[in-house]
Amino acid sequence: MAVLTRTRLETPSVSTPPPSPRPALLSHLFLTFWALITTLPLVWAVLSSFKSDEEILTSPWSLPSSLRWENWARAWSEAHIGRYFLNSAIVVTGALTLTMLLGAMAAYILARYPFRGSRIIYYAFVGGMMFPVFLALVPLFFVVRNLGLLGTLPGLTLVYAAYSLPFTVFFLTAFFRTLPTTVAEAAMVDGCGHYRLFFQVMLPMARPGLVSVGIFNFLFQWNQYVLPIVLMQGEGAEKKWVLAQGLTALAVNEGYRGDFSGLFAGMTIAMLPVIAGYLLFHRQVQSGLAAGQLR
Amino acid sequence: MWGKRLFIAVFLIPPLLLYGLFVVSPYAQAFQISGTDWSGLSPSYEFIGLENFRRLLGDGYFWNALRHNGLLLLLLPVVTILLGLFFASMISVGGRADRVGVHGVRGSGFYRVVYFFPQVLSVAIIGVLWKEMYAPHTGMINGFLRAVGLDGLAMAWLGDPRFSFWCVLVVLIWMNVGFYVVLFSAAMQSIPRDLYEAALLDGASRVTTLVRITVPLVWDTIQVAWVYLAIIAIDGFAVVQIITDGGPSSSSDVVGLRLYKTAFADGQFGYASAIGVAMFFLTLTVAVMFLRVTRRDRVEL
Repeated sequence: MAVLTRTRLETPSVSTPPPSPRPALLSHLFLTFWALITTLPLVWAVLSSFKSDEEILTSPWSLPSSLRWENWARAWSEAHIGRYFLNSAIVVTGALTLTMLLGAMAAYILARYPFRGSRIIYYAFVGGMMFPVFLALVPLFFVVRNLGLLGTLPGLTLVYAAYSLPFTVFFLTAFFRTLPTTVAEAAMVDGCGHYRLFFQVMLPMARPGLVSVGIFNFLFQWNQYVLPIVLMQGEGAEKKWVLAQGLTALAVNEGYRGDFSGLFAGMTIAMLPVIAGYLLFHRQVQSGLAAGQLR
Repeated sequence: MWGKRLFIAVFLIPPLLLYGLFVVSPYAQAFQISGTDWSGLSPSYEFIGLENFRRLLGDGYFWNALRHNGLLLLLLPVVTILLGLFFASMISVGGRADRVGVHGVRGSGFYRVVYFFPQVLSVAIIGVLWKEMYAPHTGMINGFLRAVGLDGLAMAWLGDPRFSFWCVLVVLIWMNVGFYVVLFSAAMQSIPRDLYEAALLDGASRVTTLVRITVPLVWDTIQVAWVYLAIIAIDGFAVVQIITDGGPSSSSDVVGLRLYKTAFADGQFGYASAIGVAMFFLTLTVAVMFLRVTRRDRVEL
């Protein structure tokens, strides 16, 4: 660390470095290049969703000659993107509620009510973050099937919630520990019970932590791929497919039928709400996801 | 006292039940099933010890898939971290240097927001999007090559065993770089500016400051990034399954896809679980190894 320990040299103050506009320009050049690499595929998909199949086949790079919203309508109803969207929304709403409630309850106990064995329970939860989900796939399939929940939305909801618990408990336990104890003590003195203390005092105080972990869990659950394709198979399951699954099936089907514009429209419909939500809350999303990765 | 115990039980038992049923028990069962010859056709199976693992050692398809995961493990973290550090340092200290000091570039917030797009998109959307990007006639990549007169370079990217694996690698890099740019540039924000000013006064070049100041000071973050990219490299399932399905002729197969097909296409649940156990130990080994190799003394400021 020679550079770091070296004391600042006593340079004569006249020799200030000359202002150099070049690095900034060069930086912008490189940065813009990657910004284009990131966004062009997305823009291309949105533009293609308005084209006719003829236009897509003949010139992949041209602009659409008119805005063909009928592609979107076709993808939404005929290709069932609407149904898959609704299924995803139902599963994620239920799973997110369950995750946040059960995760906060467990974390609160583990953070604030030490008892014999509480460390073991804590490590049992946190240990779940270390195992690759692939290890569980085969037995999980049979656990869910034996419960009669294979190919059902409640089944997927429970599984999403269960696999979100390790990180949620880990994050919220740390968060509840940071909250001041004085407020809780004051409330107890005033005759507030354990349950009221949790729901009316601690949960509202933990809101910033709940929002971060909630965003992380939302993206984890909304973008899940391997769990639905394993658990939503079998006869009649395609009515219960979630968006990720429906979209990949659409890619295969429309490819055969040559309905490229319908496929791009389906992709755009799946993409836009998340991008819009991200643009609205980008600060929270970035910090929530960063906290999730730096566990 | 009893009220408190009841409260603890009421709050802990539901999450523990859910977690035990769907997470802990499958993980535990996986190890047990990996020691059986369960074929899925009948509910009965026999315990065959380590036979599945012996079979794994001689399975050419498994080794082929593992080789691809190994290549991803070498290339994905290195390329992603280098690109991430490069763009992050442009954002944080790539601006002009004047009497007042070293600046970030203008519009750094814009870059951070845009770079992050792939992170919020589902891996299914990314997979389908890139499958279409690579499409021989309708794809954007061949469209671009033809538009600039490089018709000879336009080809069936995913249909060619020479390219399919590299096509997958490109997608994995594309979808991950942005996140690490954001992560590294956040870490770089906490480096005191005067370190750079002192170095520049001493005549250090930008490259030197990156290597000698920035990298050592964000080393912790790089280490974490390495572990997470390694875990992504050991997986790779979704992108591969959607874009190439491991083909053509297993040229882009990965271990996760092997496991999935062995279990849910061939019904060999015992053998598939053995692949899962192998993946688990691989993940564990890699995580421990990287943490040891990359251990350095923390730089205290």
